[in-house]
Amino acid sequence: MYENIALTETTYYILLALYRPNHGYGIMQKAYDLSGGRVRLAAGTLYGALNTLCDKHWIEQLPAEAGSRKKEYRLTEEGLDVLINEIERLRELVNNGDAVMKGE
Amino acid sequence: MERKKVWKLFFVWDFEKEEAWLNEMAAEGWTLCSVGFCNYTFERSLPEEYTIRMEMRPYDPEYIRFMEETGVEYIGRIIQWLYFRKRTEEGPFDLFSDIDSKIEHLGRIGKMIASIGILNLGIGILNSVNPTHMGWINLLCATLLMYALGRIHGEKKYLEKERSLRE
Repeated sequence: MYENIALTETTYYILLALYRPNHGYGIMQKAYDLSGGRVRLAAGTLYGALNTLCDKHWIEQLPAEAGSRKKEYRLTEEGLDVLINEIERLRELVNNGDAVMKGE
Repeated sequence: MERKKVWKLFFVWDFEKEEAWLNEMAAEGWTLCSVGFCNYTFERSLPEEYTIRMEMRPYDPEYIRFMEETGVEYIGRIIQWLYFRKRTEEGPFDLFSDIDSKIEHLGRIGKMIASIGILNLGIGILNSVNPTHMGWINLLCATLLMYALGRIHGEKKYLEKERSLRE
């Protein structure tokens, strides 16, 4: 069902960062750490992407905790499937790249 | 705290120049603290203490709260132009980190310019039949805004072409 979807880097890192529930700023930090400081999700971009991903039901908002104004998000089942598919697709890309470059 | 007010006019298609100027002021130790029509109020700060960013977006308290969560301060707005700042020591500050969201932002700016332009065109045409009214001012505004729209459109087209190759 998802085989032909190539995610953008922004979407990929958001889904990856939400493998454990997280809030907006936490997602930015997680993407930064995972990529060794290469990926900096900007706040405006992240806000738009989170809304779009919620609309697509790939992620969802956690019920707000008492006393906390920060919104937390988590992956849905569907979002997890999309992420697993994308990791498989990326693996294929890298394997093909390696194979061609090594002249196989 | 020491403050100063500066009057300055920027055309809407020059928002990047406006942002660059605000950051030059910040680099000199004058950080934007409030905005009004064609005027900017700055407060004394350390040189390069803050980075300033502008965004066209309908005012939404939820968005402001989200920005504040990420360490961004909301300065104020002029209609739908929002002004933000963030301490430089907290790292580079940008509002958009991929081409898609930059294209979307230019789309929002284009829409806003188009609607004000059409409004001016309408008022201009209605008033031009009556010689005592200053309909030509509206027509002039409409012409300027259409020019602005062209500039924004060109920038957007360039990004869309890039987007077909990369993110």
